[in-house]
Amino acid sequence: MCLAIPARVIELQDNHMAQVDIVGVSRVISLDLVESANPGDWVLVHAGFAIQLIDEEYAKETLELLKTLPFFDEEPLLAEGA
Amino acid sequence: MHSDRILLAHGSGGTMMRNLIDEVFVVGFDDDALSRLDDAAALPFPGSRLAFSTDTYVVHPLFFPGGDIGRLAVCGTVNDVATSGATPLYLSVGFILEEGFPLDDLRRILVSMRDAAREAGVHIVTGDTKVVEKGKGDGCFINTAGVGILPEGLDLSGAHCRAGDVVIVSGTLGDHGIAIVSTREGLEFSTDIESDAAPLNALVAATLVAAPDARCFRDPTRGGLASTLNELAASSGVGITVDETLVPVKPQVRGASEMLGYDVFQVANEGKMVAVVPAEQAEAALLAMKAAPYGADAAIIGEVTEGPAGRVHVKTAFGATRVMDMLVGEQLPRIC
Amino acid sequence: MDLSAFRDPGIARGLIEAINATKTGPVKIMEVCGTHTVAIAKNGLRAVMPERVTLLSGPGCPVCVTANRDIDTAIELARRPEVIITTFGDMMKVPGSHSSLSAEKADGRDVRIVYSPLDALALAAKEPTREVVFVAVGFETTAPLIAAAILRAEEQGLKNFSVFCAHKTVPIALEALVNDPEVEIDAFILPGHVSTIIGTEPYKMLAEKYGVPGAITGFEPVDVLQGVLMLLRQIEQGRAEIEIAYHRGVLPEGNPTAREMVERVFEPIDADWRGIGVIPGTGLGIREKYAAFDAVKRLPITVPEPTEIKGCQCGEVLRGIILPFQCKIFAKGCTPEHPIGPCMVSSEGSCAAYYRFTDYGRA
Repeated sequence: MCLAIPARVIELQDNHMAQVDIVGVSRVISLDLVESANPGDWVLVHAGFAIQLIDEEYAKETLELLKTLPFFDEEPLLAEGA
Repeated sequence: MHSDRILLAHGSGGTMMRNLIDEVFVVGFDDDALSRLDDAAALPFPGSRLAFSTDTYVVHPLFFPGGDIGRLAVCGTVNDVATSGATPLYLSVGFILEEGFPLDDLRRILVSMRDAAREAGVHIVTGDTKVVEKGKGDGCFINTAGVGILPEGLDLSGAHCRAGDVVIVSGTLGDHGIAIVSTREGLEFSTDIESDAAPLNALVAATLVAAPDARCFRDPTRGGLASTLNELAASSGVGITVDETLVPVKPQVRGASEMLGYDVFQVANEGKMVAVVPAEQAEAALLAMKAAPYGADAAIIGEVTEGPAGRVHVKTAFGATRVMDMLVGEQLPRIC
Repeated sequence: MDLSAFRDPGIARGLIEAINATKTGPVKIMEVCGTHTVAIAKNGLRAVMPERVTLLSGPGCPVCVTANRDIDTAIELARRPEVIITTFGDMMKVPGSHSSLSAEKADGRDVRIVYSPLDALALAAKEPTREVVFVAVGFETTAPLIAAAILRAEEQGLKNFSVFCAHKTVPIALEALVNDPEVEIDAFILPGHVSTIIGTEPYKMLAEKYGVPGAITGFEPVDVLQGVLMLLRQIEQGRAEIEIAYHRGVLPEGNPTAREMVERVFEPIDADWRGIGVIPGTGLGIREKYAAFDAVKRLPITVPEPTEIKGCQCGEVLRGIILPFQCKIFAKGCTPEHPIGPCMVSSEGSCAAYYRFTDYGRA
C-alpha cells in the first residue's frame, strides 16, 4: 500500500491544502501530515496527502555516491539510522 | 423544434420524430445522400471487395478534453475499416438517446461527427434514432458501421506476423485513457493531456505505399498496446518483444499513470496505429508514418520473435525481460 | 529535481555488478510491501540476482491479507440502501466468502472508487441524505490519511461520514514471521513508505533481538538494487542493523505529525491476517471518542460466518514458504481472469505479479 510519488508544491491553499504538480499533472492535495511544506518544495504524495518532504540534498548525495560504482571498499552504502 | 430536450415522443415515429430528423440530424450532418432520407442509401461503389466494420460507443463523459463521443464514433469506425488497408467510404449511424438529453448537446455531437467525417473523407449516409426512458440510457449511445473499398490482392491480417518483422507505433501512447480518467469524479486532476481521437486512414494508406508488404495494422483502443500486441502474437503464433525505452509516452501521461497506478501499456488510445512490417521495409514505413497526419511521433518499438507463441515480452531499461500482460477486467486506479 | 536517475540503467548495472561481486549466500531476502513485489517483477530484477540470492515476497499486500470476514463486512455495509461505499480501486475485485465489492456494484449497490479519503469527505458533504462509508485498508502509510480524514470530518461537523477500518501495522507482523518455524528469512527489504511514517525505531527489535538485518528501500529499480546490496554487505560483514537506503524519502524519526494523528484516532487491536491467522496488536481500531465515525458502530449489520476458499495456498505464498508458481493451482484454475485467492486478484499480490510479468509456471 505504498504508491507514493514525488510532486512539487505550486501554491498553498486554505485549510491545509495545496496545489501540486506531478510532471505536468496538477492536483489539490492535503498538507495535514506535512504542515511545513512551502511552494517550491518537493513532497511525496500518497492518495491525496503529502506524507513527507523529499530531501533534495539526500537525493543528490545518493545519486553521486551511486555513480561511483562499482565499489571496491568496505564503506557502508550511505547507511543511516543504525 | 419547440423543445430543448429529447422527449420520448421524439422516438415514436411521428411528426415530432420527423422534426427532429429534419431540423437536427439532417442539418447537423449536412450530407447529400443522408438528406434524401430513404430507408437505404443507394451508393456508387467502385470495387469488388469491401471491408465492413461496426462499433458502438458508450464513453462517459460524452464531452472530454480533445473530443467527444461523436468524434470517437466516426474516427473509431474509420480506423477499424482502415486497418484492413481499405479506403473508408460510407458510415451508418444509430443513436440511442435518453429522454431529457439536451438538444444542444446532440447538436454539438452531430457537428463533431460531421467535421470528423469530412476530415476523414467519408460520408455519413444513413441513420436511425431511438429514444429510451429517463434512467435507461447514459445520455447518448452511438453505433456506427462503416464500409470501404479493399484493393485487389491486399490481404492484411493479424495472423500474418513472422519472426523478424518490426513493430511500429504511430505516436504517443495513453493520451486518450488519461484524458478520460482526468474527468472522472473522485479521481479528478488537471492536465493538458487531450484525447488523441483522430482518423488514421490517410496515415495507413501512406504507410502501405511505403511498405506494400506490411503484415497488418491494428488500433490499440481498449486495453491499450498490451491487448493489441497480445492478440497479434496469439493470432500469428509468434512472440513479440518491445523495448521499453523506445515506446513514446508523454511525460504527463507517465506522471498520471504513476499517480493512479496504471500500466501505460494498458491505457486506451483512440488515434494511434500499430503496424507490423517486414524488417526491410521498416525504415520506409516509419518515414511515411512520420510524414502523415497524426504520425509525427511514430517510432519503432520492437520486433516479432519465434516465440514462445502468444507471449509478449518487454525489455526493460536494464536489459532484463518481463512479460507484457493483457488487461484482465477494468483498469482500476490503485494506491498499493 | 530530476529523480529519473533512480531508473538509470547505468547506475543499475553498477549495482548489479556490485551485488554479484559479494561473496555471501545462499541468502533469502524477503520484501513485505506489495509495491516492492510489483517493482521487482516489473523490472525483471529477480533474473539479474546471483543464484545464491533468493528474493521472497511476504505479506506486504494489505488487500491480500484482509480476512474474508472483513470483506464480508464491507459487503454487508454496501447492501444497506442508504450507504454509498467509497473505496480504493485495489479492493474492488477481492473475493470475500461469497461476493466482492465489484459484484455488489454490478448488482446495483452504490460502490464508488475514489483516489483519496478526501474525495469521500467531499461526497458526504454533497450527499447529506446518504451515509458515506470509506473502506479503510492499508498499512501505516495509509492509516494517517484516514485519521486526518476523520479529524476533518469532525471539524466540518459531518454527520454522514464513517470509516470501516481494517488497517494493519507491519513491524509486529515481521516479528511473527521471524518466529514462524516454517519461514526462513535472512534479511528484510523494509517498506519505503510505511517507514516514511514510522521511521526506523519499530524495526530495531528485528536486528537487535533476532539478528535479522533490514534495509528501508525505495521503489525505483535503482532503489531496490541499492537495498539488496546494503543487506548483502551487512550479512557479509556480520552486521545486523536497520539501515535506510531510501534516504530521500525516509528520516530515522519518520513523520511524527502523522504518527500523532494515528495515535489520536486509533488504538492497537488484534488483527486477522488472511493466510496467517490472528496476530495480536497488529490492527488499528477507531477509538471510542470517534465512535461516531466508526461505520460498524453506526450502522446495524449482521455479518454471516465467513467461509474459506478451498485449494487456495495464499497463506503459504504470503509467508514466503512457497513461491507463487509452486502453488498447485497457479495458472491452472487460478488466473487473473478467474482468481481463487486474493494473491491473484490484487494488482500487487505476489501471484498476480508473477503471472503478469513472468513466464514461470506457464505453458
